[in-house]
Amino acid sequence: MGQKYLMKGNEAIAEAAIRAGCKHFFGYPITPQTEVAAYMAKQMPKIGGTYLQAESEVAAINMVLGAAAAGVRAMTSSSSPGISLKTEGISYIAGSDLPCVIINVMRGSPGLGGIQPSQADYWQATRALGHGDFQVIVFAPSSVQEIVDLLGKAFDLAEKYRMPAMMLADGMLGQMMEPVEFPETEPKMAEKPWAVTGHNNERPHNIINSLYLTPSDLEEIVVNRFKRYDEVKKNEVMYEAYQAEDAEFGVVAYGATARVVKSAVNQAREKGIKVGLLRPITVWPFPEKEVAAFGNQVKKLLCVEMSMGQMIDDVKLAVNGSCPVEFYGRTGGVVPSPAEVLKAIEEMAK
Amino acid sequence: MAIVFQKTKELTDKPTHYCPGCTHGIIHRLVAETIDELGVGGKTIGIAPVGCAVMAYDYFSCDMVQAAHGRAPAVATGVKRARPDNVVFTYQGDGDLAAIGTAETVHSATRGENITIIFVNNAIYGMTGGQMAPTSLPGQVTQTTPYGRDVSYSGFPVRVCEMLSTLSGVAFAERVAVNNPANVRKAKAAIKKAFTAQIEKKGFSIVEILSTCPTNWGLTPVNALNWLEENMIPYYPLGNFVDKTKEGVR
Amino acid sequence: MSLNLLIAGFGGQGVLFMGKVAAYTAMVEDKYVSWLPSYGPEMRGGTANCSVCIDDKEIGCPLISEPETLVVLNRPSYDKYVNAVLPGGHIFIDSTLIDVTCERKDIHVHYVPCTQMAQDSGMKQLANVVMLGNVLKETGFTTFDVLCKAMEQCVPPKKKDLLEPNLKALKLGYEYQG
Repeated sequence: MGQKYLMKGNEAIAEAAIRAGCKHFFGYPITPQTEVAAYMAKQMPKIGGTYLQAESEVAAINMVLGAAAAGVRAMTSSSSPGISLKTEGISYIAGSDLPCVIINVMRGSPGLGGIQPSQADYWQATRALGHGDFQVIVFAPSSVQEIVDLLGKAFDLAEKYRMPAMMLADGMLGQMMEPVEFPETEPKMAEKPWAVTGHNNERPHNIINSLYLTPSDLEEIVVNRFKRYDEVKKNEVMYEAYQAEDAEFGVVAYGATARVVKSAVNQAREKGIKVGLLRPITVWPFPEKEVAAFGNQVKKLLCVEMSMGQMIDDVKLAVNGSCPVEFYGRTGGVVPSPAEVLKAIEEMAK
Repeated sequence: MAIVFQKTKELTDKPTHYCPGCTHGIIHRLVAETIDELGVGGKTIGIAPVGCAVMAYDYFSCDMVQAAHGRAPAVATGVKRARPDNVVFTYQGDGDLAAIGTAETVHSATRGENITIIFVNNAIYGMTGGQMAPTSLPGQVTQTTPYGRDVSYSGFPVRVCEMLSTLSGVAFAERVAVNNPANVRKAKAAIKKAFTAQIEKKGFSIVEILSTCPTNWGLTPVNALNWLEENMIPYYPLGNFVDKTKEGVR
Repeated sequence: MSLNLLIAGFGGQGVLFMGKVAAYTAMVEDKYVSWLPSYGPEMRGGTANCSVCIDDKEIGCPLISEPETLVVLNRPSYDKYVNAVLPGGHIFIDSTLIDVTCERKDIHVHYVPCTQMAQDSGMKQLANVVMLGNVLKETGFTTFDVLCKAMEQCVPPKKKDLLEPNLKALKLGYEYQG
């Protein structure tokens, strides 16, 4: 670790990606993630990298597909409506076993929605980033420093498991400044013997493809891919437990919302309520075992989200009826206040 | 015994799935011969479309990427920006290039993206069984224009080379046909010129190749060649539309 | 010493810059800090606001809805936020632009004619900085020396000639006796 910088989340995303060895960025302007592209546009020429403003989100993700196929670390960034456009390409990337990193700085939706912070793309990120049987590793940072810490990991894991990784941030994280330090380790790029680099008449031709017309062939490919997903689930789950050790009541929240919850948990503790927070850092793979154990420990769980309730599905699946799961959420770009969350905690603890 | 004819090594031994009489086979061969003659097979990366040529990745010997419908120029852009010294081409049909992928086509052209597009125009969606394409001719009967393409209702066919020729990023745009030996030779020359322009980093190059679809046109292979000559060429005149292969676009 | 500061005004009044300088004091002192702006089309000509949290502990919610310290640079912001200030907190009112008498008795009310002061000193653009100097004086969230160091970090090298007037404006606000 070296110098500390005061940086916007969006700028930190870009800088962390560059330091992770990403020299190819393809984007399209959309609020509230535009600083990612602006930062890339400024920095990439200085390091001999590529920043390209595509004609659409659709084109941008397919440029990422091409660059990833050619063996380089590639990234794109957008906000909710733009991610919907990218889902076609993400499905092809997953189906072609290519690594890449996708940023979603979530905003209010559906439709054009709004531009204020939201977490209403949880279902999309964890269930349906495109058509078909596939998953994407999804990180949900809750501070600017954590964005930096996770971005290099996102590239590493994407390459290790040959699948896309997503940074699921929101407008608050993207727009806020916090102090950050960048790791000084050099990125370790994976060997990519499968990449299309030109065979130089030294090997058979490489094919990057997601088409398998024989059902049994496609089934085998998908089943094998899910075996890799099992490895991801086994090895890569990340979470934070906050004030959880002696908790009698539990809150589950992720991303920026978890920060609001931390403030509320502290206030509740001052009032004598033994409440703790479990914060998934990866939302896929979801910390199922940890949430299940938390559910067994506490009398009740409260799920807090900036949506109408999406992660709560995973929480309920994890606890599998072992304790009641309540919900408090704001949506449309409204950020819940610590006072509101405190009230919900007090209700739960009644 | 002397060898008087052999298949180019830039095509694999895999038998193609194209219908009898379809001219995709000729076009594959022209592209492959070009790659061979320019000696760039080892550093060429091809992008296959969605459409009849979806499995082109199995037929060309070079490294290949299969793209989503219409997105081949965007994928090619990503590959080329990552590996600017490789030779990158897309192979696309009319639905892929001029309908669902129009934005990708136009913008890769206007960026002067240093790639080559092989555009196979047969005025119909072949793979899905013969629906109206953006290039289907006025009055042409297809599965989705059973009474003939009514331009007052379905609009007019797109002339891709003419449209792209207005863009400053285009170094080379030529329309050719593969309906007779003389035209096949001209097609080969155009393809070679397009690849050469890319190798010399002159800008975006496209060769539009009028091609037949005997199966979905409902014609014998020979009659299909005649139909192309009599119907397509009048609407889609052959010839060069842009040639900045000497000076380049920048 | 922690700071929980909400600054609100029109776009163009330097709301975000003022917050940024405050935030940089935490960088100088190696404390936890968050700076969160309002963003979007409202930034151009509409209302702008900015939340700054400084603490010795990790910052929870960076969005301030109930400020301990509120700075208002226009009337709509005063009306919107005056009742949100926590009891015992501070409100700083640009009394050149906002003609109002604050009725709240449970908070410290500071009327600072920062726009007038800046104009009188030939620093028309620096009313926000004058105000920041006075916020420091009345709340003591850091030292004047640290605030000046923070200012040095916020003025880009290309605009180095702006540093001196900014420091002067800070001092003007800091020395203002309400």
